Amino acid sequence: MHRTGLSLGIHQLEHTQPSSRLNHHHHHHSTTTASTNYLHTLSSSHLSQHHQDLQIESITMNQFPHGWGRPRDDVYGAYDNSYLNESQPITHTQRPIVTGTSVLGVKFKDGVIIAADNIASYGSLARYDNVERLLQVGTHTVVGAGGDISDMQYLHLLLDNLLIKEQYPADDHQLYAPQVHTYISRVLYQRRNKFDPLWNSILTAGADPKTSEPFLSYVDLKGTTYSAPALATGYGAHLAIPILRRHVADEEAVSNLTQEDAQKLVEECMKVLWYRDARSGVKYSWAIITKDGVTTGSKEIENQSWKFAEMIKGYGAQNI
Amino acid sequence: MASSYLLPHSQPNVHPTTASQPRQHHWSPYTENGGCILGIAGKDYVIIAGDTRSSEGYSINTRTARKVYDIGSGLILGVVGMSADGEELVRKVARKIDDYKRNHDKHITVAAAAVMLSRILYQKRFFPYYCQPLLGGLDEEGVGAIYSYDYVGSFEREQSRAYGAAASLITPFLDNQINFKNQFVPGSNGEEPRPKVDLSKEQVEKIVKDAFTSAVERHIEVGDGLQLVTIVKGVRAEGEEEDEDEREKTAGGGVISEVMSDLKKD
Amino acid sequence: MFRNNYDNDSVTFSPQGRIFQVEYALEAIKQGSAAVGLRSKTHVALVALKRNAEELGSYQKKIIPIDKHLGVALAGLSPDARVLSNFMRQQSMASRLLYKRPVPVARVVNAIADKAQVNTQHYGKRPYGVGLLIAGVDETGPHLWEFQPSGQILEYFGAAIGARSQSARTYLERSFESFPDVSRDELVLHGLKALRDTLQQDRELTTENTSIAIVGIGEDLKQYDGPRVKRFLDLLGEDGTRSQRAARLDTAMDVGGGADDDDDELAGLLGPGEGTSAMDTTE
Repeated sequence: MHRTGLSLGIHQLEHTQPSSRLNHHHHHHSTTTASTNYLHTLSSSHLSQHHQDLQIESITMNQFPHGWGRPRDDVYGAYDNSYLNESQPITHTQRPIVTGTSVLGVKFKDGVIIAADNIASYGSLARYDNVERLLQVGTHTVVGAGGDISDMQYLHLLLDNLLIKEQYPADDHQLYAPQVHTYISRVLYQRRNKFDPLWNSILTAGADPKTSEPFLSYVDLKGTTYSAPALATGYGAHLAIPILRRHVADEEAVSNLTQEDAQKLVEECMKVLWYRDARSGVKYSWAIITKDGVTTGSKEIENQSWKFAEMIKGYGAQNI
Repeated sequence: MASSYLLPHSQPNVHPTTASQPRQHHWSPYTENGGCILGIAGKDYVIIAGDTRSSEGYSINTRTARKVYDIGSGLILGVVGMSADGEELVRKVARKIDDYKRNHDKHITVAAAAVMLSRILYQKRFFPYYCQPLLGGLDEEGVGAIYSYDYVGSFEREQSRAYGAAASLITPFLDNQINFKNQFVPGSNGEEPRPKVDLSKEQVEKIVKDAFTSAVERHIEVGDGLQLVTIVKGVRAEGEEEDEDEREKTAGGGVISEVMSDLKKD
Repeated sequence: MFRNNYDNDSVTFSPQGRIFQVEYALEAIKQGSAAVGLRSKTHVALVALKRNAEELGSYQKKIIPIDKHLGVALAGLSPDARVLSNFMRQQSMASRLLYKRPVPVARVVNAIADKAQVNTQHYGKRPYGVGLLIAGVDETGPHLWEFQPSGQILEYFGAAIGARSQSARTYLERSFESFPDVSRDELVLHGLKALRDTLQQDRELTTENTSIAIVGIGEDLKQYDGPRVKRFLDLLGEDGTRSQRAARLDTAMDVGGGADDDDDELAGLLGPGEGTSAMDTTE
């Protein structure tokens, strides 16, 4: 433990004052003034019985080359670095907390329709029932988010700021859906690289103001991106996509799909999700983006039927 | 003892269900998007083909995802694995190839690009890109080159290579059809191996299509469409200027073209 | 003997309200060989005269491609141009990476303008000694900008910088009204004619000393040097301009002499009918 011959006095000191070197080094904490004084008093009075003042300094001082002149660890205890750690430990999202469920998007011949319900769940609790999960970004883009609501709202903040900055030059340049989608995908991929993901699945929908070309793209918490004529996040990927693909299998089908049909299709899918996804809500927001801009609205699931499914083919026992 | 519940569970896949027990949620930054790529180098051409299905688990995300990219300077790059990492890799390589052109006022050679790609992969040795790339191009002699890599940058120039979900299905087929493994001269009673020959681009294109149509039958993650990208030695179009600027010529003098075709979607 | 006490740094105004270091930087541009830029409805062209310092040396690069949709021509200190073009390239690549959008021309030009302005307002710094013509195409069509070390940027239908560039401007001023509707080749031809007017009497435009870059809507920037310039020089031909040029040289030859501030600002073509008329004709 001790490397040089030490007098008894030092040992006693060690037992009575194993406190941190921080105290000895005064300043930093006003609350330690008392103990600092105590230490000084104690050391001088105690040691002066055997040593000169000059020697006291050399004995309590580290004599080894690597720590010369610093207080000895075996006298004062190891240096307490804790005051340096002023910030909290870094925490990363390990799982989503308050979540939104599916987002649906369908391209049609002169635009895109996107929809998401207004429920935010806390586990199985329908915690908030009036949450807007669609965000208009600029004039021809709507971003819909599933997954963690707080991460979504943070992303909304980023997008708001992005849009404000984009308007500073006041030129004729604007961010449209492809650019917004790329930006979001960069943000999400960079966060996954930091092991601190934004826990969302996001659809970006838009239309080109000049060509009317519809745009629909997906990105999620790992930065995975893809595009398709119809996209859905969460349970929608399992429940709605099969229905949607029946109507818009490819880009050719997109160019034949009218806005009215697309709307009906989304209504139908939202109803299926309302029936089968326990985390879904009866009220949802929708947005249609064409070359003329964004139209938004809110809707409730209509013509619901909760009758016993006995006679419906595919459920229960039946003789064909 | 407090540490006992931090030990691995004796039974695998049993998750704690009560709130009193700490719940560890393991998040992985990686995912796997299926699909398959295949590269074959010929005497004066290169082919890299890939299917266009992108999936996650049992869900098909899209049927129209490209896996082979034109990365500039007459080079192509196929990537399979995690698409987000793959696309990032492609962006990075394409950017570096463009930088090279700008800094040196000439196109990078496929051999130099191959080393560069290796370095890019190795830079992320401890958080690797989860994707397997195939680099294709014509070398300075105009001969086709395929470079294949592992996740962390080990690489090798090869004649042919299949990567991705159906690699294990396609590789033996390639051994047989490209390298004539287990083929013998007729009448030699299985004694004399069939000598290797240079296959034409047309022959190889057929082999590629057969490889994919077969893989589609047996692997759920492969299908939807086939993207076939080829590089052939550039032929000067009629009326084109005689004195071509060196800058316009790629190192191997290759011209890239792409053909899309259908694969089964079930 | 008169000595200027107000040109030791770029942060001190002279009593006349001038910052001499910035004006000297403008002089540095005039030391460089000429570069011409011009714009139609669909294209922007840069045409520049390369110089070789000595017979044994190579020609100085005058056109720097930045991106597929963007390129610059320079006059003045080429190392300074490298710094600026590297910065522009960074901006351009960042825009592509983050938004998958080719950087809007005006924005990247503003970015270098801000950069240049800083150098005129901090002690110990010096202004960039280079002028740039920036040609690019974006969402809003083709654009031609001029950048000056003062941080001043202006958009033009046609512009010229560098040695004896006034002659080129004179040509552009006379003919710019036809530019919007001319073809790609005709645009370059106008550029070559303008550039030719900057030559000394015994010089010619050759495949060695001429550099061309063109970018258009839906058409990537393409640079022509060496033998590939020949096609354009052939278009230029010998169509009687030689004598006209000789006549013009007598009256409108640019001299890199004293700075005529006011005229300089108006020089070039700010818009239809806004061009300057007579410039310094002192020989």
